[in-house]
Amino acid sequence: MEAGRNQIAVIRWILTDIGYSNLTAGLAFVTFYPKRFGLVFYVNASKCLRRSFHKLEQRTTSTRCSVVDLREEIMRAKSILAGLLATTLICSGAFAADLSIVSGDTGNGREFLRKQLDRFEKETGNKVKIVAMPANSSDQFGQYRLWLAAGNTDIDVYRTDVIWAPQLADQFLDLTEAMKDVVDQHFPSMIQSQTVDGKLVAMPMYTDAPAFYYRKDLLEKYKKPVPKTWDEMAATAKEIQEGERGAGNKAMYGFVFQGNAYEGLTCNALEWIKSSGGGQIIEPDGTISINNPEAVAAVDRAKGWIDTITPKGVLAYTEEESRGVWQTGNAVFMRNWPYAYALGNGPDSAIKGKFDVTTLPSSKEGQSSAATLGGWNLAISKYTKSPEEAIKLVKFLAAPEQQKERAIEIANLPTLKALYDDKDIAAAQPVITNWKPVFETAVPRPSAPTKVKYNEVSSMFWSAIHDTLSGNGTAADNLELLEAKLTELQGGSW
Amino acid sequence: MPMSIIKNTAFYALVAVIVVCAVFPFYYAIITSFRTGSAIFTIEYWPTSFSVANYVNVIASGSFARNLLNSIIVSACVVTLSLLMAVTAAFALSRVRFRGRSLLLLTILSVSMFPQIAVLAGLFEVIRLLGLYNTLGGLVFSYMIFTLPFTVWVLTTFMRDLPVEIEEAAIVDGATPWVIITRVFLPLMWPALVTTGLLAFIAAWNEFLFALTFTSSTETRTVPVTIALFTGSSAHEVPWGIVMAASVIVTVPLVVLVLIFQRKIISGLTAGGVKG
Amino acid sequence: MTASPTVRSELLRQRSRSARLFLLPMILALAVVAGWPLLRTIYFSFTDASLTNIDAAKWVGFKNYLSWIQLKSGRTIYSGLLVDPAWWNAVWNTVRFSVISVALEAVFGMIIALVLNAEFKGRGIVRAAILIPWAIPTIVSARMWGWMMNDQFGILNDLFMRVGLIDHPIAWTASSDTAMIAVLIVDVWKTTPFMALLILAGLQMIPGDIYEAARIDGVHPVKQFFRITLPLVKPALMVAIIFRLLDAMRIFDLIYVLTPNSAQTKTMSVLARENLIDFDKFAYGSAQSTLLFLVIALMTMLAIWIGRVKLDGGER
Repeated sequence: MEAGRNQIAVIRWILTDIGYSNLTAGLAFVTFYPKRFGLVFYVNASKCLRRSFHKLEQRTTSTRCSVVDLREEIMRAKSILAGLLATTLICSGAFAADLSIVSGDTGNGREFLRKQLDRFEKETGNKVKIVAMPANSSDQFGQYRLWLAAGNTDIDVYRTDVIWAPQLADQFLDLTEAMKDVVDQHFPSMIQSQTVDGKLVAMPMYTDAPAFYYRKDLLEKYKKPVPKTWDEMAATAKEIQEGERGAGNKAMYGFVFQGNAYEGLTCNALEWIKSSGGGQIIEPDGTISINNPEAVAAVDRAKGWIDTITPKGVLAYTEEESRGVWQTGNAVFMRNWPYAYALGNGPDSAIKGKFDVTTLPSSKEGQSSAATLGGWNLAISKYTKSPEEAIKLVKFLAAPEQQKERAIEIANLPTLKALYDDKDIAAAQPVITNWKPVFETAVPRPSAPTKVKYNEVSSMFWSAIHDTLSGNGTAADNLELLEAKLTELQGGSW
Repeated sequence: MPMSIIKNTAFYALVAVIVVCAVFPFYYAIITSFRTGSAIFTIEYWPTSFSVANYVNVIASGSFARNLLNSIIVSACVVTLSLLMAVTAAFALSRVRFRGRSLLLLTILSVSMFPQIAVLAGLFEVIRLLGLYNTLGGLVFSYMIFTLPFTVWVLTTFMRDLPVEIEEAAIVDGATPWVIITRVFLPLMWPALVTTGLLAFIAAWNEFLFALTFTSSTETRTVPVTIALFTGSSAHEVPWGIVMAASVIVTVPLVVLVLIFQRKIISGLTAGGVKG
Repeated sequence: MTASPTVRSELLRQRSRSARLFLLPMILALAVVAGWPLLRTIYFSFTDASLTNIDAAKWVGFKNYLSWIQLKSGRTIYSGLLVDPAWWNAVWNTVRFSVISVALEAVFGMIIALVLNAEFKGRGIVRAAILIPWAIPTIVSARMWGWMMNDQFGILNDLFMRVGLIDHPIAWTASSDTAMIAVLIVDVWKTTPFMALLILAGLQMIPGDIYEAARIDGVHPVKQFFRITLPLVKPALMVAIIFRLLDAMRIFDLIYVLTPNSAQTKTMSVLARENLIDFDKFAYGSAQSTLLFLVIALMTMLAIWIGRVKLDGGER
């Protein structure tokens, strides 16, 4: 900066001499807005100098100054000018790209991302700006959809939810070619979830899957094993709930989950149904499979929990409300995402060290359990002005080094198989290794086969489940109706 | 006089009930803002801890002061511009007879009949076209859609009820319409002006959807968006303490504003001593 | 007036000239900010537009509103917004919500305004306190109330149980019987100050000597309220009611945060957002927005007619 100011002084001296002092103001402007005005200014300044040179040439006779001297002076001024321009442009990286990445991550997640982006900037000379968004994923989806529909060129890279790729596929670049050498490192299911009609829409950045939280101390006290089936879970929950209430904790409940009518209920109910052999609402080939006896039985079973082992209010719970009941020590079991693990072991938690996690129960011994796949990915807008640099950025953030650092520092689950056997991660975040079996039973929501209609499918599904749970029609009736509605929505094809 | 004592007690009891109902949730927010961690899952009626950690967190988040300033600038500009346009328009609509006046009033009102979410996409295009995307100007511009009809209508209603005589006197003295508005009507309209200004200010202050859609950098965002951007240390976690602390901070300027404009609200015709 | 006819008409001309000039900025501003977005939405309601490819929208006429196909058997099957039960459910929810909330707010607002209009110590502080609910951003207050209404750690249940109003905690936002009540409580709490302040401004503009005359004549305060205060404050009250009605009919963020997917509280705006943004039905959502506009226009006309709101001003 100091050097820059000296250069400005030199040029100013030269320019005042020939009557162009106002240019210095412009020059100062350039240092602040290099990209926008730099080139324009350089061209104008050169023109001015050339013009002044001619003027001076005519005046030289009277000032008795040699033309050659002046020419040299001006040439020097011009080269200083060009040098100054070049340095400011390079400093600001204007020859590289200015990228924007929009992310609805948490505060910690943003800080961490910034750290990795700083490294990316250093390595490539690009500038990357983070556009922060509220954590509510429905808000994010709405904004992104509007921005993309309007062809917004200000955002290059979007952090997308696992279910968005098929809905926004038309407006994101195809990454198949660019990523073909790295896709094999990821879990195939995660790559699959981001592939629409053979087009890789987004790169997995980190993943998420729920687990079954249980109170070690209470199971020990009542001499119960960790439940393997839903019925076992309900029986144990009931017994411990009654026992603890008898012992004085009136607020004790057996089980909490996310029962509000929202995307979270779709995840919960999909797990009940899939783990009962009732399919996954809509199969990968697009067949509507929801109306089957296993699914009906699974939903009926869940209906039986309401107000017996769960609070009645569970029908309004999202993640935080269930964690609230759980973390104040008022629930035996909980279904929730990994975030509750660290918080449950926080210094002010009533259940610190008293709980553990495992895979969710299933309908019977031998039936595999199910965990809905969550997670976040990186997609590139097709309206980006610098697709190459954006691809570099996505590749960088999805790479093993970055994912490993992410796992160690903020406990985000990697999407790379190899990292689950990584010693450093196991040492820093032992919980991540706990999640490995969970991924083996991960089930995607039917976003891939239903494409742009997924949100509507999900809304119909959670409404049918919520109606059943709140006693508004039987499971058999509601699922039959749901099948009819889904068939109508499907029309000719998804 | 026992009767007046009963009356007085009843009156103050009513005042107390009103204040408690209005303020209790805010009071609860303040208490919450002093608590941290698992404590938010417990019920407390009285402040039990005084941790300022949440406030420190809000202020240390770096851009909060900047966003607060943005909110003040945007809201102030919105109020100034819409009052300016509304006062002149209200004069024309309430005191000058011309054809289609009722229709015009209804048309202005109808702008407020569209759901905001439906105009979002179109407004976004207009703002980009005007080059106002990601600027405070863009927000000021878009907020006109809800402040302008409101201010025009309220001021028209109030101006219509001002006595004819004072205006006639001014006309006889040779005053132009502009002079009539600024010298004769404005001083009489203070309660209406301050009230509409205040309500428009708060509406702009609290706006969230436009502010989120039309800005994309921390430097141009306003307070409601910033509050929505406060997150817990992990996804799903709601940082209640911090959100409440931020809400308390943003509510204080408004309370101060009300206290400043107090006198103007209660002046007007009664204090002005103009005979109707 | 004593002025001669020519001077008078010259004055009138000058007045209408300046009136036009005065109206221009406001009309221009509204046309730019609202014109295009409104027309665009109405246009899209007659197309098959989708947000994924908005430029490919094709004109489909009234299909989004109502269309029918004749089956071979002679049966006619109707589809479209006008026969969509979810839509009519939302219309009913919205109208019910608006009427109840605005009525409650008008009554409470009037009481508060009358209290604030009286002279008493600490009036300034009380006035500032009243405004607090309106001053807290909706997204915050909605979540705050959501928390306060929680069945396990919500203070509202605790409070009501201590007072003895209820004997077991209620899951306010979850249960279908109470979801609408919950939304109404929050909305009335939040927007009564708006009403109160506007009515107060109206009260302040009533000349004091009218009351003095009434007091001298010994008019009973209740009679005084209905005979003097109410008629005089009516214009202000009606404007407040109309704008609250417009806002209530469009209510979105409160419900979106508090009870986003409950069929009992789903209003027209919430439904429109769902179709515009979440679902791939931009055209259908536009049709809902347009129809919402018409419903609101109808309700407003009704309010203007019932309230006998003057639109044309006085004799000038």
